[in-house]
Amino acid sequence: MATALSRHSDGQTIPVSFTLNGRLQEIDVEPHELLLDVVRDRLGLTGAKRSCDVQVCGACTLLVDGRPVSACTTLAFEVRGRSVLTIEGLADNGTLHPLQQAFIEHGGFQCGFCTPGMLLASKALLDENPNPSEEELKHFMHGNLCRCTGYKKIIESIMAAARKMRAK
Amino acid sequence: MLRRFRLEEPQSVAETSELLGRFGDSAKIYAGGTELLLAMKEGLVQYERLINVKRLGLNQISAENGTVKIGALCTHYELELSPAIQQRLPSLLKLEHNVANVRVRQAGTIGGNLCFAEPHADPGTLLMALGAKMVSETGSAKREIAAEDFFIDAYETSLTAEEVLTEIRVPAPGANARSAYLKFGYLERPSVGVALAFNLNGASVSDVRIAVGCAGPAPKRVAEAEALLDGKSKDEATRNLAQAGTVAGRAAEAISDLHGAQDYKEHIVGVLLKRAFQAAVS
Repeated sequence: MATALSRHSDGQTIPVSFTLNGRLQEIDVEPHELLLDVVRDRLGLTGAKRSCDVQVCGACTLLVDGRPVSACTTLAFEVRGRSVLTIEGLADNGTLHPLQQAFIEHGGFQCGFCTPGMLLASKALLDENPNPSEEELKHFMHGNLCRCTGYKKIIESIMAAARKMRAK
Repeated sequence: MLRRFRLEEPQSVAETSELLGRFGDSAKIYAGGTELLLAMKEGLVQYERLINVKRLGLNQISAENGTVKIGALCTHYELELSPAIQQRLPSLLKLEHNVANVRVRQAGTIGGNLCFAEPHADPGTLLMALGAKMVSETGSAKREIAAEDFFIDAYETSLTAEEVLTEIRVPAPGANARSAYLKFGYLERPSVGVALAFNLNGASVSDVRIAVGCAGPAPKRVAEAEALLDGKSKDEATRNLAQAGTVAGRAAEAISDLHGAQDYKEHIVGVLLKRAFQAAVS
């Protein structure tokens, strides 16, 4: 049956007011727009990557109200009234987050494609559990895949950052 | 990119039900979207309207009068955090903690998981073994569906077109109750899941419930396997585990696919049943 699906939306848009990396953003989105596309293409923040596009790899991880979500499988309007953190917002006015510093010092990345997702997911982990066991860390990070490093350096980086952050 | 659709945001179950009746197959309930949006992205389904049910206030969890009541719109993460689940339903807690990945647990809801009825899923199998009931409502009617009557086939439940799943009710296990859910898989979704629940009175086993999932099109209770353990001493039940596992494996209606050959999955059912029993009695 040939229906012009675009007619049924009647050009519906949803106003989305949200905090993006600490700043208020107000945009209108159509219901079908995905958060990843809005962040990358409309807002120009290309740190989050489209990789598997089926929410299993974690390369598109963003933090919404501090919790990790797959931006590739989140409708953009769902962030209305919430706070969103992308990798571009992790450093504080040019000062790297301890996790970013640790990934550099401990070799936690190679090609870097999974790294924005890794950093945001590990930030969510440490905000929730500042002293994770290695098993707890692996369980939390289970959905963030890396094809380069074999994960050992990523785990070391996160544990090192956790130690630094606890010491503060 | 998804195709365009119209978003409806009803404020009540009655309104939701009315929308479902009015728009039929061209509309779909949308909760966490962790299954639905994937199917839409892959072009397997398309809808003119998505009905957002996250504003219906159906994400409460309570324990009263021996029943744990779980709102259908609770996310897997909310279940992990719930004191009622932590205290009363430890096997469900462990299951929820291990659903998919942290991002799916953040967005995905237990109701959405059950209603999408993806074969390779966890909660339905354990809820069946725990004797759960699903509460479904329209604007004017409400009914309870036993978990074993809820799943018809892959991607098909016994909900009617206008019904909304609102709550899952799980009898709070008593002091002698034991349960365990074990799963196996090396792909992104589980390939085999086995749930076991029973009462351990001294050294004898009663009220046995066994359910198998993931291997076949829908989770199933396996009465024939239960009979081999029910009313037996712990030792006799243990001796019967191998046969119970074989029976349960066959009952799973496993098919050969990327998750494994049929006989492999049937074998794994037996392994998981044995391990689940050992975990539950210890």
